[in-house]
Amino acid sequence: MSILVLADHHDGQLGSATAHVVAAAQQMAKESGGDIDVLVAGENVSAVAETAAQLDGVTRVRVADNAVYAHQLAEPLGDLLAALADDYSHVLASASTTGKNVLPRLAALKDVSQLSDIIGVASADTFQRPIYAGNAIATVQSADRLKVITVRTSAFEAVSESGSAAIETVDTVVDNALSAFVGEELAQSERPELGAAKVVISGGRGMGSGENFKLLDGIADKLGAAIGASRAAVDAGFVPNDMQVGQTGKIVAPELYIAVGISGAIQHLAGMKDSKVIVAINKDEEAPIFQIADYGLVADLFEALPELESKL
Amino acid sequence: MKILVAVKRVIDYNVKIRVKPDNSDVDLTNVKMAMNPFCEIAVEEAVRLKERGVASEVVAVTVGPKAAQEQLRTALALGADRAIHINTSAETDEKVESLAVAKLLQKVVEEEQPQLVILGKQAIDTDNNQTGQMLAALTGLPQGTFASEVKVEGDKLQVTREIDGGLQTVALSLPAIVTTDLRLNEPRYAKLPDIMKAKKKPLATQTPAELGVEVASKVTLLKVESPAERQGGIKVGSVDELVEKLKNEAKVIS
Ligand SMILES: Cc1cc2nc3c(=O)[nH]c(=O)nc-3n(C[C@H](O)[C@H](O)[C@H](O)COP(=O)(O)OP(=O)(O)OC[C@H]3O[C@@H](n4cnc5c(N)ncnc54)[C@H](O)[C@@H]3O)c2cc1C
Ligand SMILES: Nc1ncnc2c1ncn2[C@@H]1O[C@H](COP(=O)(O)O)[C@@H](O)[C@H]1O
Repeated sequence: MSILVLADHHDGQLGSATAHVVAAAQQMAKESGGDIDVLVAGENVSAVAETAAQLDGVTRVRVADNAVYAHQLAEPLGDLLAALADDYSHVLASASTTGKNVLPRLAALKDVSQLSDIIGVASADTFQRPIYAGNAIATVQSADRLKVITVRTSAFEAVSESGSAAIETVDTVVDNALSAFVGEELAQSERPELGAAKVVISGGRGMGSGENFKLLDGIADKLGAAIGASRAAVDAGFVPNDMQVGQTGKIVAPELYIAVGISGAIQHLAGMKDSKVIVAINKDEEAPIFQIADYGLVADLFEALPELESKL
Repeated sequence: MKILVAVKRVIDYNVKIRVKPDNSDVDLTNVKMAMNPFCEIAVEEAVRLKERGVASEVVAVTVGPKAAQEQLRTALALGADRAIHINTSAETDEKVESLAVAKLLQKVVEEEQPQLVILGKQAIDTDNNQTGQMLAALTGLPQGTFASEVKVEGDKLQVTREIDGGLQTVALSLPAIVTTDLRLNEPRYAKLPDIMKAKKKPLATQTPAELGVEVASKVTLLKVESPAERQGGIKVGSVDELVEKLKNEAKVIS
Protein backbone atom coordinates (compact mmCIF):
# COMPACT_ATOMS: atom_id res chain seq x y z
CA MET A 1 0.00 0.00 0.00
CA SER A 2 0.98 3.60 -0.41
CA ILE A 3 2.13 6.24 2.02
CA LEU A 4 0.74 9.76 2.30
CA VAL A 5 3.00 12.55 3.57
CA LEU A 6 1.41 15.80 4.72
CA ALA A 7 3.57 18.66 3.45
CA ASP A 8 4.73 21.46 5.72
CA HIS A 9 4.48 24.89 4.18
CA HIS A 10 4.11 28.53 5.05
CA ASP A 11 4.09 31.77 3.07
CA GLY A 12 3.68 29.87 -0.16
CA GLN A 13 6.88 27.90 0.37
CA LEU A 14 7.49 24.26 1.07
CA GLY A 15 9.02 23.78 4.52
CA SER A 16 12.36 21.99 4.71
CA ALA A 17 10.82 19.35 7.00
CA THR A 18 8.97 17.59 4.20
CA ALA A 19 12.13 16.30 2.49
CA HIS A 20 13.05 14.57 5.77
CA VAL A 21 9.61 13.02 6.20
CA VAL A 22 9.74 11.66 2.64
CA ALA A 23 13.06 10.02 3.58
CA ALA A 24 11.35 8.29 6.52
CA ALA A 25 8.54 7.22 4.18
CA GLN A 26 11.08 5.69 1.78
CA GLN A 27 12.40 3.51 4.59
CA MET A 28 8.86 2.30 5.34
CA ALA A 29 8.15 1.62 1.65
CA LYS A 30 11.38 -0.34 1.20
CA GLU A 31 9.74 -3.75 1.62
CA SER A 32 6.38 -3.06 -0.03
CA GLY A 33 7.69 -0.80 -2.79
CA GLY A 34 4.48 1.23 -2.46
CA ASP A 35 4.01 4.75 -3.75
CA ILE A 36 4.74 7.88 -1.74
CA ASP A 37 2.23 10.70 -2.22
CA VAL A 38 2.56 14.17 -0.77
CA LEU A 39 -0.53 16.14 0.20
CA VAL A 40 -0.30 19.91 -0.03
CA ALA A 41 -3.34 21.45 1.65
CA GLY A 42 -3.80 25.20 1.89
CA GLU A 43 -4.83 28.24 -0.11
CA ASN A 44 -2.83 29.37 -3.15
CA VAL A 45 -0.33 26.58 -2.81
CA SER A 46 0.55 25.76 -6.41
CA ALA A 47 4.16 26.89 -5.92
CA VAL A 48 4.43 24.63 -2.87
CA ALA A 49 3.15 21.71 -4.94
CA GLU A 50 5.73 22.35 -7.65
CA THR A 51 8.61 22.26 -5.16
CA ALA A 52 7.18 19.14 -3.52
CA ALA A 53 7.04 17.44 -6.94
CA GLN A 54 10.84 17.74 -7.15
CA LEU A 55 11.45 15.71 -4.01
CA ASP A 56 13.09 12.40 -4.82
CA GLY A 57 10.97 9.32 -4.22
CA VAL A 58 7.62 11.09 -4.50
CA THR A 59 5.11 9.48 -6.88
CA ARG A 60 2.32 12.05 -6.84
CA VAL A 61 1.67 15.42 -5.27
CA ARG A 62 -1.99 15.87 -4.37
CA VAL A 63 -3.12 19.45 -3.98
CA ALA A 64 -6.15 20.56 -1.96
CA ASP A 65 -6.27 24.29 -2.66
CA ASN A 66 -9.20 25.97 -0.96
CA ALA A 67 -9.85 28.81 1.48
CA VAL A 68 -11.09 26.31 4.08
CA TYR A 69 -7.54 24.90 4.31
CA ALA A 70 -5.87 28.30 4.71
CA HIS A 71 -3.71 28.47 7.86
CA GLN A 72 -4.00 24.66 8.05
CA LEU A 73 -6.46 24.69 10.94
CA ALA A 74 -6.73 21.29 12.59
CA GLU A 75 -10.46 20.70 12.15
CA PRO A 76 -10.73 20.94 8.32
CA LEU A 77 -7.28 19.43 7.77
CA GLY A 78 -8.15 16.46 9.99
CA ASP A 79 -11.37 15.88 8.04
CA LEU A 80 -9.56 16.13 4.71
CA LEU A 81 -6.93 13.61 5.78
CA ALA A 82 -9.63 11.29 7.09
CA ALA A 83 -11.36 11.47 3.69
CA LEU A 84 -8.14 10.51 1.88
CA ALA A 85 -6.59 8.07 4.35
CA ASP A 86 -8.41 4.92 3.23
CA ASP A 87 -6.15 4.67 0.19
CA TYR A 88 -3.04 4.49 2.35
CA SER A 89 -1.27 2.21 4.80
CA HIS A 90 0.63 5.09 6.45
CA VAL A 91 -0.01 8.80 6.88
CA LEU A 92 3.05 10.78 7.97
CA ALA A 93 3.75 14.37 8.95
CA SER A 94 6.70 16.09 10.52
CA ALA A 95 6.54 16.60 14.29
CA SER A 96 6.00 20.32 13.65
CA THR A 97 3.30 22.17 15.52
CA THR A 98 1.04 21.61 12.48
CA GLY A 99 1.74 17.89 12.33
CA LYS A 100 1.24 17.48 16.08
CA ASN A 101 -1.98 19.47 15.90
CA VAL A 102 -3.59 17.50 13.10
CA LEU A 103 -2.36 13.90 13.02
CA PRO A 104 -3.86 12.80 16.35
CA ARG A 105 -7.21 14.10 15.05
CA LEU A 106 -6.87 11.91 11.97
CA ALA A 107 -5.89 8.90 14.09
CA ALA A 108 -8.92 9.29 16.37
CA LEU A 109 -11.27 9.73 13.39
CA LYS A 110 -9.93 6.44 12.02
CA ASP A 111 -9.91 4.71 15.40
CA VAL A 112 -6.18 3.97 15.34
CA SER A 113 -3.26 4.94 17.58
CA GLN A 114 -0.79 7.60 16.62
CA LEU A 115 2.97 7.25 16.98
CA SER A 116 4.67 10.52 17.89
CA ASP A 117 8.06 11.80 16.90
CA ILE A 118 9.67 8.64 15.51
CA ILE A 119 13.46 8.67 15.14
CA GLY A 120 13.97 5.30 13.48
CA VAL A 121 12.25 2.86 11.12
CA ALA A 122 12.95 -0.84 11.76
CA SER A 123 10.31 -2.04 9.29
CA ALA A 124 6.97 -0.91 7.88
CA ASP A 125 5.29 -1.50 11.25
CA THR A 126 8.10 -1.11 13.81
CA PHE A 127 9.60 2.19 14.85
CA GLN A 128 11.86 3.81 17.44
CA ARG A 129 10.71 6.83 19.39
CA PRO A 130 12.09 8.76 22.35
CA ILE A 131 10.14 8.76 25.61
CA TYR A 132 10.80 10.51 28.94
CA ALA A 133 12.39 13.52 27.24
CA GLY A 134 14.69 11.28 25.25
CA ASN A 135 16.09 9.53 28.32
CA ALA A 136 14.80 6.25 26.92
CA ILE A 137 14.20 4.99 23.41
CA ALA A 138 11.16 2.78 22.88
CA THR A 139 10.77 0.32 20.01
CA VAL A 140 7.09 -0.05 19.21
CA GLN A 141 5.19 -2.21 16.77
CA SER A 142 1.80 -1.19 15.44
CA ALA A 143 -0.82 -3.68 14.27
CA ASP A 144 -3.21 -0.91 13.24
CA ARG A 145 -4.35 -1.15 9.61
CA LEU A 146 -3.55 2.54 9.18
CA LYS A 147 -0.37 3.86 10.74
CA VAL A 148 -0.48 7.52 11.66
CA ILE A 149 2.97 8.84 12.49
CA THR A 150 4.80 12.09 13.17
CA VAL A 151 8.48 12.14 12.30
CA ARG A 152 11.37 13.87 14.06
CA THR A 153 12.98 15.49 11.04
CA SER A 154 16.48 15.76 12.54
CA ALA A 155 16.66 11.96 12.64
CA PHE A 156 16.27 11.47 8.89
CA GLU A 157 18.54 12.82 6.15
CA ALA A 158 16.54 14.90 3.64
CA VAL A 159 15.93 13.45 0.16
CA SER A 160 17.33 15.57 -2.66
CA GLU A 161 15.33 17.51 -5.22
CA SER A 162 15.80 15.95 -8.62
CA GLY A 163 12.41 14.30 -9.05
CA SER A 164 9.41 15.25 -11.13
CA ALA A 165 6.28 13.79 -9.61
CA ALA A 166 2.82 14.18 -11.13
CA ILE A 167 0.65 16.91 -9.63
CA GLU A 168 -3.04 16.18 -9.14
CA THR A 169 -5.91 18.17 -7.74
CA VAL A 170 -7.91 16.92 -4.79
CA ASP A 171 -11.50 18.14 -5.01
CA THR A 172 -12.55 17.20 -1.49
CA VAL A 173 -13.81 20.29 0.30
CA VAL A 174 -14.93 20.04 3.92
CA ASP A 175 -16.83 22.59 6.04
CA ASN A 176 -15.47 24.19 9.12
CA ALA A 177 -17.91 25.91 11.43
CA LEU A 178 -15.83 25.10 14.52
CA SER A 179 -12.74 27.26 14.28
CA ALA A 180 -11.59 30.45 12.61
CA PHE A 181 -8.20 32.03 12.11
CA VAL A 182 -7.87 35.37 13.92
CA GLY A 183 -4.24 36.38 13.55
CA GLU A 184 -0.62 35.43 13.66
CA GLU A 185 2.58 36.95 15.03
CA LEU A 186 5.49 35.36 13.29
CA ALA A 187 9.07 36.09 14.16
CA GLN A 188 10.97 37.63 11.27
CA SER A 189 14.52 36.50 10.94
CA GLU A 190 17.21 36.58 8.28
CA ARG A 191 18.90 33.66 9.95
CA PRO A 192 18.53 29.99 9.01
CA GLU A 193 15.65 28.03 10.57
CA LEU A 194 16.57 26.45 13.91
CA GLY A 195 15.66 22.99 12.68
CA ALA A 196 17.74 23.26 9.50
CA ALA A 197 20.81 25.22 10.65
CA LYS A 198 24.27 23.59 10.65
CA VAL A 199 25.25 25.69 13.65
CA VAL A 200 23.01 26.76 16.53
CA ILE A 201 24.01 29.12 19.32
CA SER A 202 21.57 29.30 22.24
CA GLY A 203 21.35 31.60 25.23
CA GLY A 204 19.85 30.82 28.62
CA ARG A 205 18.85 32.65 31.75
CA GLY A 206 22.52 33.54 32.21
CA MET A 207 22.19 36.03 29.33
CA GLY A 208 20.44 38.27 31.82
CA SER A 209 18.24 40.19 29.37
CA GLY A 210 16.83 40.25 25.85
CA GLU A 211 19.19 43.11 25.03
CA ASN A 212 22.18 40.90 25.85
CA PHE A 213 21.09 38.34 23.25
CA LYS A 214 22.69 40.80 20.79
CA LEU A 215 26.02 39.39 22.03
CA LEU A 216 25.12 36.22 20.13
CA ASP A 217 24.36 38.04 16.87
CA GLY A 218 27.90 38.71 15.72
CA ILE A 219 28.94 35.12 16.38
CA ALA A 220 25.83 33.80 14.64
CA ASP A 221 26.63 36.03 11.64
CA LYS A 222 30.15 34.68 11.39
CA LEU A 223 29.08 31.05 11.71
CA GLY A 224 25.86 31.24 9.70
CA ALA A 225 24.12 30.04 12.84
CA ALA A 226 20.51 30.05 14.00
CA ILE A 227 19.88 31.47 17.48
CA GLY A 228 18.03 29.42 20.07
CA ALA A 229 17.17 29.75 23.74
CA SER A 230 16.35 27.81 26.87
CA ARG A 231 12.86 27.82 28.31
CA ALA A 232 14.02 30.01 31.16
CA ALA A 233 15.15 32.67 28.68
CA VAL A 234 11.78 32.47 26.94
CA ASP A 235 9.85 32.58 30.22
CA ALA A 236 11.84 35.59 31.38
CA GLY A 237 10.69 37.34 28.21
CA PHE A 238 14.22 37.71 26.78
CA VAL A 239 13.22 36.17 23.45
CA PRO A 240 10.08 34.80 21.73
CA ASN A 241 8.82 31.26 22.28
CA ASP A 242 9.67 30.03 18.79
CA MET A 243 13.36 30.11 19.76
CA GLN A 244 12.97 27.55 22.53
CA VAL A 245 15.02 24.37 22.24
CA GLY A 246 14.06 21.34 24.31
CA GLN A 247 11.60 18.62 25.21
CA THR A 248 8.71 21.00 24.67
CA GLY A 249 10.35 23.28 22.13
CA LYS A 250 12.34 22.59 19.00
CA ILE A 251 14.52 19.54 18.61
CA VAL A 252 17.79 20.32 16.86
CA ALA A 253 20.79 18.23 15.85
CA PRO A 254 23.26 20.58 14.15
CA GLU A 255 26.94 20.00 13.47
CA LEU A 256 27.77 22.48 16.21
CA TYR A 257 25.64 23.58 19.18
CA ILE A 258 26.90 26.33 21.46
CA ALA A 259 25.06 26.65 24.80
CA VAL A 260 25.71 29.95 26.54
CA GLY A 261 24.53 30.61 30.11
CA ILE A 262 22.44 27.43 30.05
CA SER A 263 22.64 25.04 33.02
CA GLY A 264 21.72 21.85 31.15
CA ALA A 265 18.35 20.73 32.56
CA ILE A 266 17.20 17.38 31.11
CA GLN A 267 14.35 19.16 29.35
CA HIS A 268 16.84 21.35 27.50
CA LEU A 269 19.20 18.46 26.74
CA ALA A 270 16.26 16.59 25.19
CA GLY A 271 16.26 19.15 22.42
CA MET A 272 19.97 19.29 21.56
CA LYS A 273 21.92 16.32 22.83
CA ASP A 274 22.04 14.67 19.40
CA SER A 275 24.10 17.58 18.07
CA LYS A 276 27.43 16.44 16.64
CA VAL A 277 29.64 18.78 18.64
CA ILE A 278 28.47 20.58 21.77
CA VAL A 279 30.19 23.61 23.28
CA ALA A 280 29.14 25.01 26.65
CA ILE A 281 30.06 28.39 28.05
CA ASN A 282 29.06 28.76 31.68
CA LYS A 283 30.60 30.44 34.70
CA ASP A 284 29.62 27.60 37.03
CA GLU A 285 32.06 24.73 36.55
CA GLU A 286 29.55 22.34 38.18
CA ALA A 287 26.81 23.11 35.63
CA PRO A 288 25.38 19.80 34.31
CA ILE A 289 25.75 21.01 30.71
CA PHE A 290 29.48 20.30 31.02
CA GLN A 291 28.77 16.57 31.42
CA ILE A 292 27.60 16.35 27.83
CA ALA A 293 29.66 19.11 26.25
CA ASP A 294 32.58 18.14 24.02
CA TYR A 295 34.26 21.45 24.80
CA GLY A 296 33.44 23.29 27.99
CA LEU A 297 34.63 26.80 28.74
CA VAL A 298 34.23 27.94 32.34
CA ALA A 299 33.95 31.68 31.89
CA ASP A 300 31.77 34.73 32.28
CA LEU A 301 29.81 34.95 29.07
CA PHE A 302 30.04 38.74 29.03
CA GLU A 303 33.80 38.39 28.58
CA ALA A 304 33.88 35.20 26.54
CA LEU A 305 31.35 36.14 23.87
CA PRO A 306 33.02 39.36 22.61
CA GLU A 307 36.36 37.57 22.60
CA LEU A 308 34.93 34.61 20.71
CA GLU A 309 33.37 36.90 18.13
CA SER A 310 36.65 38.68 17.54
CA LYS A 311 38.62 35.44 17.17
CA LEU A 312 36.36 33.68 14.70
CA MET B 1 -19.80 27.32 32.69
CA LYS B 2 -18.47 23.94 33.71
CA ILE B 3 -14.83 23.07 33.05
CA LEU B 4 -13.43 19.56 32.90
CA VAL B 5 -9.68 19.18 33.50
CA ALA B 6 -7.77 15.99 32.68
CA VAL B 7 -4.77 15.24 34.86
CA LYS B 8 -2.23 12.47 34.53
CA ARG B 9 -0.02 10.85 37.14
CA VAL B 10 3.54 10.69 35.82
CA ILE B 11 7.09 10.46 37.06
CA ASP B 12 8.21 13.69 38.77
CA TYR B 13 9.91 15.82 36.15
CA ASN B 14 13.10 16.15 38.21
CA VAL B 15 13.69 12.42 38.42
CA LYS B 16 16.29 10.88 36.14
CA ILE B 17 14.75 7.69 34.85
CA ARG B 18 16.37 4.26 34.60
CA VAL B 19 15.68 1.60 32.02
CA LYS B 20 14.99 -1.88 33.43
CA PRO B 21 17.91 -4.31 32.94
CA ASP B 22 15.71 -6.60 30.81
CA ASN B 23 14.84 -3.66 28.52
CA SER B 24 11.12 -4.28 28.97
CA ASP B 25 10.32 -0.74 30.13
CA VAL B 26 11.39 2.14 32.32
CA ASP B 27 11.77 1.22 36.00
CA LEU B 28 9.15 3.05 38.05
CA THR B 29 9.55 1.17 41.33
CA ASN B 30 10.01 3.57 44.25
CA VAL B 31 10.19 6.53 41.92
CA LYS B 32 8.63 9.85 42.94
CA MET B 33 5.39 10.43 41.05
CA ALA B 34 3.57 13.72 40.52
CA MET B 35 0.98 15.49 38.43
CA ASN B 36 2.18 16.06 34.87
CA PRO B 37 3.47 19.68 34.77
CA PHE B 38 1.20 20.59 31.83
CA CYS B 39 -1.79 19.28 33.79
CA GLU B 40 -0.89 21.54 36.73
CA ILE B 41 -1.13 24.42 34.29
CA ALA B 42 -4.50 23.10 33.08
CA VAL B 43 -5.85 22.96 36.63
CA GLU B 44 -4.51 26.44 37.36
CA GLU B 45 -6.18 27.90 34.27
CA ALA B 46 -9.53 26.33 35.18
CA VAL B 47 -9.31 27.57 38.76
CA ARG B 48 -8.43 31.08 37.59
CA LEU B 49 -11.45 31.08 35.26
CA LYS B 50 -13.57 30.12 38.25
CA GLU B 51 -12.02 32.82 40.43
CA ARG B 52 -12.81 35.36 37.72
CA GLY B 53 -16.43 34.24 37.69
CA VAL B 54 -16.21 32.81 34.17
CA ALA B 55 -16.50 29.20 35.31
CA SER B 56 -19.01 27.89 37.83
CA GLU B 57 -17.58 24.45 38.47
CA VAL B 58 -14.24 22.70 37.90
CA VAL B 59 -14.21 18.91 37.62
CA ALA B 60 -10.89 17.03 37.55
CA VAL B 61 -10.63 13.61 35.91
CA THR B 62 -7.86 11.05 35.69
CA VAL B 63 -7.47 7.66 34.05
CA GLY B 64 -5.14 5.34 35.89
CA PRO B 65 -4.54 2.98 38.80
CA LYS B 66 -5.78 3.61 42.35
CA ALA B 67 -2.66 5.61 43.17
CA ALA B 68 -3.66 8.25 40.61
CA GLN B 69 -6.23 9.45 43.16
CA GLU B 70 -3.30 11.29 44.78
CA GLN B 71 -3.16 13.56 41.75
CA LEU B 72 -6.92 14.10 41.89
CA ARG B 73 -6.55 15.15 45.54
CA THR B 74 -3.86 17.59 44.43
CA ALA B 75 -6.23 19.02 41.82
CA LEU B 76 -8.92 19.35 44.50
CA ALA B 77 -6.47 21.09 46.82
CA LEU B 78 -5.60 23.50 44.02
CA GLY B 79 -9.26 24.45 43.68
CA ALA B 80 -11.17 21.85 41.65
CA ASP B 81 -14.65 21.21 43.07
CA ARG B 82 -14.93 17.47 42.55
CA ALA B 83 -13.07 14.64 40.89
CA ILE B 84 -13.65 11.56 38.78
CA HIS B 85 -11.30 8.59 38.85
CA ILE B 86 -11.50 6.13 35.99
CA ASN B 87 -9.84 3.15 37.58
CA THR B 88 -7.92 0.99 35.13
CA SER B 89 -6.39 -1.40 37.69
CA ALA B 90 -8.67 -4.27 36.65
CA GLU B 91 -7.77 -4.00 32.97
CA THR B 92 -4.11 -3.22 33.19
CA ASP B 93 -1.40 -2.18 35.59
CA GLU B 94 0.33 -0.64 32.68
CA LYS B 95 -0.18 2.58 30.87
CA VAL B 96 -3.32 3.26 28.92
CA GLU B 97 -2.66 4.63 25.42
CA SER B 98 -3.75 8.13 24.46
CA LEU B 99 -6.52 6.87 22.16
CA ALA B 100 -8.11 4.86 24.96
CA VAL B 101 -7.77 7.81 27.37
CA ALA B 102 -9.45 10.02 24.77
CA LYS B 103 -12.32 7.53 24.40
CA LEU B 104 -12.81 7.39 28.16
CA LEU B 105 -12.72 11.19 28.39
CA GLN B 106 -15.27 11.33 25.56
CA LYS B 107 -17.68 9.36 27.77
CA VAL B 108 -17.07 11.75 30.65
CA VAL B 109 -17.68 14.71 28.34
CA GLU B 110 -20.99 13.17 27.19
CA GLU B 111 -21.99 12.65 30.81
CA GLU B 112 -20.83 15.97 32.24
CA GLN B 113 -21.45 18.26 29.24
CA PRO B 114 -18.67 20.75 30.10
CA GLN B 115 -18.31 23.93 28.03
CA LEU B 116 -14.56 23.69 28.15
CA VAL B 117 -12.14 20.79 28.57
CA ILE B 118 -8.54 21.64 29.45
CA LEU B 119 -5.73 19.10 29.09
CA GLY B 120 -1.96 19.34 29.14
CA LYS B 121 -0.33 19.49 25.73
CA GLN B 122 1.91 16.55 26.48
CA ALA B 123 2.49 13.95 29.16
CA ILE B 124 6.18 14.00 30.06
CA ASP B 125 6.42 10.20 30.28
CA THR B 126 5.25 9.14 26.81
CA ASP B 127 5.81 12.60 25.28
CA ASN B 128 2.80 11.72 23.11
CA ASN B 129 1.08 15.09 22.66
CA GLN B 130 -2.13 13.49 21.32
CA THR B 131 -4.92 13.10 23.84
CA GLY B 132 -6.52 16.56 23.56
CA GLN B 133 -6.53 16.46 19.77
CA MET B 134 -8.02 12.94 19.82
CA LEU B 135 -10.69 13.96 22.31
CA ALA B 136 -11.58 16.92 20.10
CA ALA B 137 -11.97 14.67 17.06
CA LEU B 138 -14.04 12.07 18.95
CA THR B 139 -16.40 14.67 20.41
CA GLY B 140 -16.54 16.70 17.18
CA LEU B 141 -15.33 19.79 19.03
CA PRO B 142 -12.79 22.44 18.01
CA GLN B 143 -9.33 22.43 19.56
CA GLY B 144 -6.96 25.13 20.72
CA THR B 145 -3.70 23.29 21.31
CA PHE B 146 -0.44 24.56 22.87
CA ALA B 147 -2.29 27.51 24.39
CA SER B 148 -0.41 30.45 25.87
CA GLU B 149 -3.55 32.56 26.35
CA VAL B 150 -7.24 31.68 26.65
CA LYS B 151 -10.08 34.21 26.63
CA VAL B 152 -13.79 33.51 26.80
CA GLU B 153 -15.65 36.06 24.67
CA GLY B 154 -19.40 35.50 24.64
CA ASP B 155 -20.04 32.15 23.02
CA LYS B 156 -16.54 32.01 21.55
CA LEU B 157 -13.17 31.06 22.91
CA GLN B 158 -10.11 32.94 21.74
CA VAL B 159 -6.94 30.88 22.05
CA THR B 160 -3.40 32.07 21.38
CA ARG B 161 -1.27 29.10 20.36
CA GLU B 162 2.50 28.60 20.47
CA ILE B 163 3.40 27.49 16.94
CA ASP B 164 6.77 26.88 15.29
CA GLY B 165 7.14 30.34 13.78
CA GLY B 166 5.66 32.31 16.69
CA LEU B 167 2.07 32.73 17.86
CA GLN B 168 -1.28 32.06 16.22
CA THR B 169 -4.69 33.14 17.49
CA VAL B 170 -7.85 31.19 16.67
CA ALA B 171 -11.50 31.67 17.60
CA LEU B 172 -13.35 28.50 18.56
CA SER B 173 -17.02 27.83 19.08
CA LEU B 174 -17.90 26.49 22.54
CA PRO B 175 -17.78 23.84 23.83
CA ALA B 176 -14.11 23.45 23.00
CA ILE B 177 -10.97 21.55 23.90
CA VAL B 178 -7.79 23.37 24.99
CA THR B 179 -4.32 21.99 25.65
CA THR B 180 -1.86 24.00 27.72
CA ASP B 181 1.64 25.18 26.94
CA LEU B 182 4.11 26.19 29.66
CA ARG B 183 3.60 29.93 29.32
CA LEU B 184 -0.18 29.88 29.87
CA ASN B 185 0.25 30.53 33.60
CA GLU B 186 2.41 29.86 36.62
CA PRO B 187 0.66 27.22 38.76
CA ARG B 188 0.21 27.90 42.47
CA TYR B 189 1.27 25.55 45.26
CA ALA B 190 -1.42 23.87 47.33
CA LYS B 191 -1.66 25.28 50.87
CA LEU B 192 -1.97 22.95 53.83
CA PRO B 193 -5.55 23.98 54.80
CA ASP B 194 -6.60 23.40 51.19
CA ILE B 195 -4.95 19.99 51.19
CA MET B 196 -6.99 19.14 54.31
CA LYS B 197 -10.19 20.47 52.74
CA ALA B 198 -9.55 18.50 49.55
CA LYS B 199 -9.87 15.24 51.50
CA LYS B 200 -13.55 15.99 51.97
CA LYS B 201 -14.36 16.98 48.40
CA PRO B 202 -16.30 14.42 46.35
CA LEU B 203 -14.35 11.85 44.34
CA ALA B 204 -16.34 9.41 42.20
CA THR B 205 -14.89 6.22 40.74
CA GLN B 206 -15.81 4.51 37.49
CA THR B 207 -14.26 1.76 35.40
CA PRO B 208 -13.64 1.52 31.66
CA ALA B 209 -16.03 -1.47 31.59
CA GLU B 210 -18.81 0.65 33.13
CA LEU B 211 -18.17 3.28 30.49
CA GLY B 212 -18.13 0.63 27.77
CA VAL B 213 -14.64 1.43 26.55
CA GLU B 214 -12.06 -1.16 25.49
CA VAL B 215 -8.62 0.02 26.64
CA ALA B 216 -6.47 -2.52 24.78
CA SER B 217 -4.18 -1.04 22.14
CA LYS B 218 -2.81 -2.40 18.86
CA VAL B 219 0.59 -0.93 19.63
CA THR B 220 3.08 -3.25 21.35
CA LEU B 221 6.10 -2.03 23.25
CA LEU B 222 8.87 -4.34 22.07
CA LYS B 223 11.74 -2.87 24.04
CA VAL B 224 13.04 0.17 25.85
CA GLU B 225 16.70 1.11 25.74
CA SER B 226 18.90 3.84 27.12
CA PRO B 227 19.96 6.31 24.49
CA ALA B 228 23.57 6.25 23.35
CA GLU B 229 25.54 8.02 26.07
CA ARG B 230 27.52 11.04 25.01
CA GLN B 231 31.19 10.78 25.85
CA GLY B 232 32.00 13.56 28.29
CA GLY B 233 34.38 15.99 26.63
CA ILE B 234 37.10 18.25 27.92
CA LYS B 235 37.33 21.67 29.47
CA VAL B 236 39.24 24.23 27.49
CA GLY B 237 41.25 26.92 29.27
CA SER B 238 40.59 29.87 27.01
CA VAL B 239 38.65 31.19 24.05
CA ASP B 240 41.77 30.72 21.92
CA GLU B 241 41.93 27.06 22.81
CA LEU B 242 38.21 26.66 22.08
CA VAL B 243 38.56 28.18 18.61
CA GLU B 244 41.64 26.07 17.90
CA LYS B 245 39.83 22.84 18.90
CA LEU B 246 36.74 23.66 16.88
CA LYS B 247 38.90 24.33 13.82
CA ASN B 248 41.49 21.61 13.99
CA GLU B 249 40.06 18.81 16.14
CA ALA B 250 36.28 18.91 15.65
CA LYS B 251 36.62 20.57 12.24
CA VAL B 252 33.19 22.19 12.55
CA ILE B 253 34.34 25.73 11.77
CA SER B 254 36.84 26.99 9.24
C1 LIG C 1 7.45 20.13 31.64
C2 LIG C 1 8.66 20.97 31.44
C3 LIG C 1 9.14 21.17 30.17
C4 LIG C 1 10.26 21.95 29.94
N1 LIG C 1 10.70 22.11 28.66
C5 LIG C 1 11.83 22.81 28.45
C6 LIG C 1 12.36 22.96 27.13
O1 LIG C 1 11.79 22.51 26.13
N2 LIG C 1 13.52 23.64 26.98
C7 LIG C 1 14.20 24.18 28.04
O2 LIG C 1 15.26 24.78 27.82
N3 LIG C 1 13.71 24.06 29.29
C8 LIG C 1 12.53 23.40 29.52
N4 LIG C 1 12.05 23.32 30.78
C9 LIG C 1 12.71 24.10 31.85
C10 LIG C 1 13.96 23.41 32.41
O3 LIG C 1 13.58 22.50 33.44
C11 LIG C 1 14.92 24.46 33.01
O4 LIG C 1 14.24 25.22 33.98
C12 LIG C 1 15.51 25.41 31.97
O5 LIG C 1 16.03 24.70 30.86
C13 LIG C 1 16.60 26.24 32.61
O6 LIG C 1 17.08 27.20 31.69
P1 LIG C 1 18.52 27.84 31.85
O7 LIG C 1 19.54 26.78 31.77
O8 LIG C 1 18.62 28.96 30.87
O9 LIG C 1 18.44 28.53 33.28
P2 LIG C 1 19.19 28.16 34.63
O10 LIG C 1 18.98 26.75 35.00
O11 LIG C 1 18.82 29.22 35.59
O12 LIG C 1 20.72 28.30 34.25
C14 LIG C 1 21.35 29.51 33.97
C15 LIG C 1 22.85 29.20 33.81
O13 LIG C 1 23.53 30.38 33.40
C16 LIG C 1 24.79 30.42 34.05
N5 LIG C 1 25.21 31.82 34.09
C17 LIG C 1 24.62 32.85 34.76
N6 LIG C 1 25.29 33.99 34.55
C18 LIG C 1 26.32 33.69 33.72
C19 LIG C 1 27.38 34.45 33.15
N7 LIG C 1 27.48 35.76 33.36
N8 LIG C 1 28.27 33.81 32.37
C20 LIG C 1 28.18 32.47 32.14
N9 LIG C 1 27.20 31.71 32.66
C21 LIG C 1 26.29 32.31 33.44
C22 LIG C 1 24.54 29.83 35.41
O14 LIG C 1 25.73 29.30 35.96
C23 LIG C 1 23.51 28.73 35.10
O15 LIG C 1 24.14 27.48 34.85
C24 LIG C 1 10.92 22.56 31.02
C25 LIG C 1 10.44 22.37 32.32
C26 LIG C 1 9.32 21.59 32.53
C27 LIG C 1 8.81 21.41 33.92
N1 LIG D 1 -4.28 8.74 31.93
C1 LIG D 1 -4.71 10.01 31.78
N2 LIG D 1 -5.64 10.51 32.63
C2 LIG D 1 -6.08 11.79 32.49
N3 LIG D 1 -5.62 12.62 31.57
C3 LIG D 1 -4.70 12.18 30.70
C4 LIG D 1 -4.19 10.86 30.76
N4 LIG D 1 -3.29 10.71 29.76
C5 LIG D 1 -3.22 11.91 29.12
N5 LIG D 1 -4.07 12.79 29.70
C6 LIG D 1 -4.28 14.21 29.34
O1 LIG D 1 -3.78 14.46 28.05
C7 LIG D 1 -2.67 15.34 28.11
C8 LIG D 1 -1.69 15.00 27.02
O2 LIG D 1 -1.21 13.70 27.18
P1 LIG D 1 -0.54 12.86 26.01
O3 LIG D 1 -1.37 13.07 24.79
O4 LIG D 1 -0.56 11.45 26.48
O5 LIG D 1 0.86 13.40 25.86
C9 LIG D 1 -2.17 15.25 29.54
O6 LIG D 1 -1.47 16.41 29.93
C10 LIG D 1 -3.49 15.09 30.29
O7 LIG D 1 -4.15 16.34 30.42
